[in-house]
Amino acid sequence: MLGRTLREVSVALKQGQITPTELCRKCLSVIQKTKFLNAYITVSYEVALKQAEESEKRYKKGQSLGELDGIPVAVKDNFSTAGIETTCASNMLKGYIPPFNATVVQKLLDQGAVLMGKTNLDEFAMGSGSTDGAFGPVKNPWSYSKQYREQRRLRSPGERRGADEDWLIAGGSSGGSAAAVAAATCFAALGSDTGGSTRNPAAHCGLVGFKPSYGLVSRYGLIPLVNSMDVPGILTRCVDDAAAVLGVLAGHDPKDSTTVQDPVKPFVLPSLTDVSKLCVGIPKEYLVPELSSEVRSLWSKAAGLFESAGAKVIDVSLPHTSYSIVCYHVLCTSEVASNMARFDGLEYGHRCDINESTEAMYAATRREGFNDVVRGRILSGNFFLLKENYENYFIKAQKVRRLIANDFVNVFNSGVDVVLTPTTLSEAVPFLEFIKEDNRTRSAQDDIFTQAANMAGVPAVSVPAGLSPQGLPIGLQFIAPAFGDQKLLTVAKWFEKQIQFPVTQLQELTEDCPSGFENDNSASVFLKQC
Amino acid sequence: MAAPILRWVGPGKRWALAWVDSSSSHRRVSPNGSASHRMREQRSVAQQSLHTAPKPRKGGHKWAAVVGLEVHAQISSNSKLFSGSQVSFAAPPNSLVSFFDASLPGTLPVLNRRCVEAAVMTGLALNCHINKKSLFDRKHYFYADLPAGYQITQQRLPIAVRGSLTYGVFVGNKRSHMATKTVRIKQIQLEQDSGKSLHDDLRSQTLIDLNRAGVGLLEMVLEPDLSCGEEAATVVRELQLILQALGTSKANMAEGQLRVDANISVHQPGEPLGIRTEVKNLNSIRFLARAIDHEIQRQISELESGGVILNETRSFDHRLGCTVPMRDKEGKQDYRFMPEPNLPPLVLYDTASLPVGVEPQQVINIDQIRDTLPELPRVTRERLVREYGMLPEHSFTLLNEVGLLQFFQSVMKETRAEPKKVTSWVLNVLLGYLKQHNLAVNESPITPSALAGLLDLLDSKAISSSAAKEVFEELWKGKAKTAAQIVSEKQLELMQDQEALEQLCQATMEGHPQVVTDMKTGNPKAINKLIGLVRKATLNRADPAVIKNILERLSA
Repeated sequence: MLGRTLREVSVALKQGQITPTELCRKCLSVIQKTKFLNAYITVSYEVALKQAEESEKRYKKGQSLGELDGIPVAVKDNFSTAGIETTCASNMLKGYIPPFNATVVQKLLDQGAVLMGKTNLDEFAMGSGSTDGAFGPVKNPWSYSKQYREQRRLRSPGERRGADEDWLIAGGSSGGSAAAVAAATCFAALGSDTGGSTRNPAAHCGLVGFKPSYGLVSRYGLIPLVNSMDVPGILTRCVDDAAAVLGVLAGHDPKDSTTVQDPVKPFVLPSLTDVSKLCVGIPKEYLVPELSSEVRSLWSKAAGLFESAGAKVIDVSLPHTSYSIVCYHVLCTSEVASNMARFDGLEYGHRCDINESTEAMYAATRREGFNDVVRGRILSGNFFLLKENYENYFIKAQKVRRLIANDFVNVFNSGVDVVLTPTTLSEAVPFLEFIKEDNRTRSAQDDIFTQAANMAGVPAVSVPAGLSPQGLPIGLQFIAPAFGDQKLLTVAKWFEKQIQFPVTQLQELTEDCPSGFENDNSASVFLKQC
Repeated sequence: MAAPILRWVGPGKRWALAWVDSSSSHRRVSPNGSASHRMREQRSVAQQSLHTAPKPRKGGHKWAAVVGLEVHAQISSNSKLFSGSQVSFAAPPNSLVSFFDASLPGTLPVLNRRCVEAAVMTGLALNCHINKKSLFDRKHYFYADLPAGYQITQQRLPIAVRGSLTYGVFVGNKRSHMATKTVRIKQIQLEQDSGKSLHDDLRSQTLIDLNRAGVGLLEMVLEPDLSCGEEAATVVRELQLILQALGTSKANMAEGQLRVDANISVHQPGEPLGIRTEVKNLNSIRFLARAIDHEIQRQISELESGGVILNETRSFDHRLGCTVPMRDKEGKQDYRFMPEPNLPPLVLYDTASLPVGVEPQQVINIDQIRDTLPELPRVTRERLVREYGMLPEHSFTLLNEVGLLQFFQSVMKETRAEPKKVTSWVLNVLLGYLKQHNLAVNESPITPSALAGLLDLLDSKAISSSAAKEVFEELWKGKAKTAAQIVSEKQLELMQDQEALEQLCQATMEGHPQVVTDMKTGNPKAINKLIGLVRKATLNRADPAVIKNILERLSA
């Protein structure tokens, strides 16, 4: 039951095969067992059970609120949740309990979804591994999958290293949400996506990771990283599930002036059978030397798949791609410097004990509350915003951003329906290897394929495309024109169906002894693909 | 949310005293140098310069002063600029604070339509060009009453630009002639107000009240076209009247709804402009004039004694009557301006550019706002002069006193008396009494109807003007009696009985033969004396003109 998709379990609830409270308890028990993944910062046991009971009453009366009623979901810990601690994985916000719900959280709750808890991330979503938060790194559930472990044994038969020593990163910054869905603790999770933070962990955890068009989904209550690029993201096991969640979240929010004014229709994805009228663009700039051979071969296989099904597959150019990283760095750090100014210890959050003067209190509070990554970005951002630097950095970066956005406009205007790219350079790497590079270098490398979509505000989705020879998932990314979300997901759904991504086999997870997964006889949780 | 408590170091007040002491050698201070003497001297200097632009000192160079103003007016609206919190003066601390106002993470600004309309309205009234597209920016600085660490303002592209304000100044020694002057308006921008810091020096604490945080402000930047405190005061007063007529701001300086910063420099005519100082937070028109004139004098003295002017921020200490440097904010502030990413560009339309099929509530039409502009003070004054044959300075007084124009117009509606008579009674008698008792017009014990009744009696010659004064005094005591009641109770009616009056006149003449002789020899004082005697005999109930006629006839 837990390995099913959101839609399947929704049908099971409707047919009474399982009740919302049974489902909730099962998920809570998996959360308990997979605690060592560190996917959750806060598990909202009582709230979840209460919500499940209410859902159960509705089902008994035949008054279900819809597809999401009774469905366990998880929310990244940078979305405000009324009455539930919201930390952004930062000491600055430890103990901060928002008095209101983010619009997306409220919309899920209004549909009867059951909130299991708040998931782990890089501090203030600054990172690409979910390794740089105040609550420790997130472990990729695939570290403990049968596929990965078998491959490892075949490759180095002599070594008997435990999984607790060389576990893989989950990707980030929404790594907690990805791990939560991949480990079957819930059926959908909210991430946030500023430069790829939803798509990157989705690719590493074998999930669908969807970044909607900027302005389609409200950011109210999402604690910002870069306001002009942040989009609430959706992590699910299949494309249809992402569309179902998007249908609930999308639309104008009077509390967010940057959301679309036009009414949004429900997102129902047709099952595409004929792709002969489809034009898929392959951007040549994305073929970089750092791209791993495994990802490269799956990418070209995917292109071949479209072509053999009759679609037109052409090379396209996004000429300003190579400037994206530096441009992003300037714009991101500048907004970060501004957005983080409110954390001064006065109204909420951490406050230091120093009280010689207001200035000394600010300095010590911020020194104690933020990690090196956040402080580094604040310093860079303030540098770029200085009067003498503003023209040379911020204004130029804005101009480059416009050029990058225009690259997409030009490609889509030339008749291309979707652009197909890798999501990440390689499959998930072990934590010990990941931390050899600093956060900035890592973020720059890992966001390379995903960032441009945020600059341009266009929708993008990462879909599992297969397993690497190591037995680890690899995702590919589809990008569509702004507000072409439905078309994008329709194409992604067609691709998903062709790929038949293998069933994930997670060994039974026990909290105290992750290395016990070596035991083949332990019962398995099978995650089935839709 | 509890008010956070801070320790605070270095109260600003010490600076004020230190400055006066250290620079006392530069100024003329009475020998005994007591604080009260100093204050009095300062005040008299300021008052002198209120009437004339600072004059060059004997034997010194000629100096010209250049004054520019930045005026912040709190927008009169039900809710704040970007949040739904109520706007109200003197509410309990931190009782009007939304999640956005407290800068809770994840909250977003939502622009208040009423504030935009107020800005457009004010821009139009000040002859500005309204920008159909304007932008919002973040201005960063750390301060305890600025919760987000930045203020949302309009730095790059404000809502209104290039306007002008005409104002009248008195010229000539008698201050009876009016001349019209114009000050250019550089721009009007929408921005957020900050909260309030309350420094408790006794306990070394700072208390923060966020009720004001996020209230909409109109920042009006005036070009440096002014030359003295009085001009600045007149401009601010005129601006205040305009804002009040428009209803876009209550513009009450005492409640902080209108705050003025002045940029001041002096230079020799023909030379480049001097280095300017900024005098901040001037919260009354009187202090504004005094502060500017003081600062001009200070700069002149400083330069004449070989000193230099620093580009600094100063504040006006109204007790000492001088400007003092404000606490140094550790060097120059770099506000690190950045576009506000959470607000799309503010787009306005006119009738020509209005998109078809759009709901009127969804857009702001500049032309529609222009059509609803009320009568502006300048036009009101012109109308008063035209309709009532009033002197221009009287029209100024009527508008300058809050509520006086309404009072005047109410009296006009109810009385048959001549406008000139009404003007004279309202401006000379009523206003005099109000000032003497330190009352506002709306606190007047005499209602417009009561005054109208009195003026009617006067107009129909039922009472003499001296009796009218007596009735006025009775009305002022406020015993809920009408003028007519008072007149009849006190028997103040004019004697209409011609025969009785003639008898009185005859008797008076007979009783004072010497005066009659003087009168006949042409001494003009004599007849007045007789008139006075007759009036006294009538208990002031006779019309002096009528008495004079009878006396002249009898002595002929």
